[in-house]
Amino acid sequence: MKLKNFREIKEGAVLEAGTSIENKTGGWKTFRPEVDFKKCIHCMRCVIYCPDSCIPVKDKKRLGTNLNYCKGCAICEEECPIKCIKMVRK
Amino acid sequence: MYKDGEEMKTIIKALTGNGAAAYAMKQINPDVVAAYPITPSTQIMEDFSMYHANGLVDSDLIRVESEHSAMSACVGASAAGARVMTATSSQGLGYMFEVLPVVSGLRLPIVVNIVNRSLSAPLNIHCDHGDSMSARDLGWIQIYAEDAQEVYINNLLAIRLAEKVKLPIMLMQDGFITSHCVIGVDVLDDATVKKFVGNYNPEKTLLKDDITIGTLALTDYYFEFRLQQIKAMNEAKKEFIKIDNELNKIIKHSTGYFEEYKLKDAKAAIVVMSSTAGAVKEVINDLRSKGKKVGLLKLRLFRPFPYEEIKKALKGKKVIVMDRSISLGANCPLYSEIKNSGVSNIHSIIFGLGGKNIYDEDIKDIFERALKNKLKEIEYIGVRE
Ligand code: SF4
Ligand code: SF4
Repeated sequence: MKLKNFREIKEGAVLEAGTSIENKTGGWKTFRPEVDFKKCIHCMRCVIYCPDSCIPVKDKKRLGTNLNYCKGCAICEEECPIKCIKMVRK
Repeated sequence: MYKDGEEMKTIIKALTGNGAAAYAMKQINPDVVAAYPITPSTQIMEDFSMYHANGLVDSDLIRVESEHSAMSACVGASAAGARVMTATSSQGLGYMFEVLPVVSGLRLPIVVNIVNRSLSAPLNIHCDHGDSMSARDLGWIQIYAEDAQEVYINNLLAIRLAEKVKLPIMLMQDGFITSHCVIGVDVLDDATVKKFVGNYNPEKTLLKDDITIGTLALTDYYFEFRLQQIKAMNEAKKEFIKIDNELNKIIKHSTGYFEEYKLKDAKAAIVVMSSTAGAVKEVINDLRSKGKKVGLLKLRLFRPFPYEEIKKALKGKKVIVMDRSISLGANCPLYSEIKNSGVSNIHSIIFGLGGKNIYDEDIKDIFERALKNKLKEIEYIGVRE
């Protein structure tokens, strides 16, 4: 990506909203969460605890983790009440 | 300046330096004022609170629990698109310190009145410039006032300048000497001030636009943002003069980057900021009546620093720079800058730390010894050595 020069950027580091969507930070992780959907009871605990809000939900069901943003912190693994999340090497 | 016989819309009010700042703030009528009181700037907020309580301003007055919160509230309000002002002194400025480069980095045009007071320890409430000088490299414009009259005009000027170049401004006056001393101040009527300062119309604000401010900029962009600030400071120097000239058309007293007092033909010249300039003028009058060619350069604009103009004004003179602050382990702030401007025949006088008085006789002695080439390169005046 060609970086902009000082004339091309907005003073005060002002950006259009929502740039964190473009900035895919998932590359930071060493481990990724693997969910056993046969066991998952869709209690939403992992969804609430995930500091990156990268666990999507649809029709009251927890979907697969969005690995573009998941940092691999393992908080979901820790919080899952039935232990159906396992951290595995990327 | 006035043309002969021309009428101006000013009246004279008896005001202290603090009172003049508060009166200007009343007329500017900023959207938000967030402040925490500290000696000797407290009266600014006392007066402004009174204007607020009496319904004379529309401002939201936020009473916070510390100076860190005061400046933080100012940041939020300014980013939301408000015109914002505040006031502080000494340790209060110290407590704001973490937020100060955030303000300038976010390019928020906040104006703060700083009533100069020495820094602790030892604890002291009296004037020196140690507080504002410690914040001189944080991307804020700095303007120093000699008296309450300059405090008043500097406030009007600062609002326009800050918003024009998107940089915050610190306005200094000497603690107690200026802040608590009543003089006759020419003030404009409210309508003229309103017209002069105009409305604040920022390009983008948090309230109206979908924006993120204060984003992360690492090795890829940080330097570029700093370069923008450097350019903005250069721009501020040009705009300062333009707005100062405009102000001079509606109220006298503006003198540009610096005031020259009997400087043109002077052999020895003192360079000083703030209230001490008044005493130096008295001494110059006295010495001039005895045929001694002495003069004064009283600096108003310290950041951005007008190097070329100062070099020109001081050319060929013996220059005595008087600092009311020190930079421990280095040359004093004002002396360093005057030296940087390329002035060669130059002496450094350090005086008035912690509010120590300087007397006419001291200044007279400095001039006389300078004319006889008997001044050392660096001298401390008024301290028991
Ligand atoms: S590992 Fe951390 S970031 Fe990734 S889904 Fe689990 S809680 Fe979220
Ligand atoms: S915490 Fe465990 S059981 Fe609950 S939704 Fe997440 S993965 Fe499923």
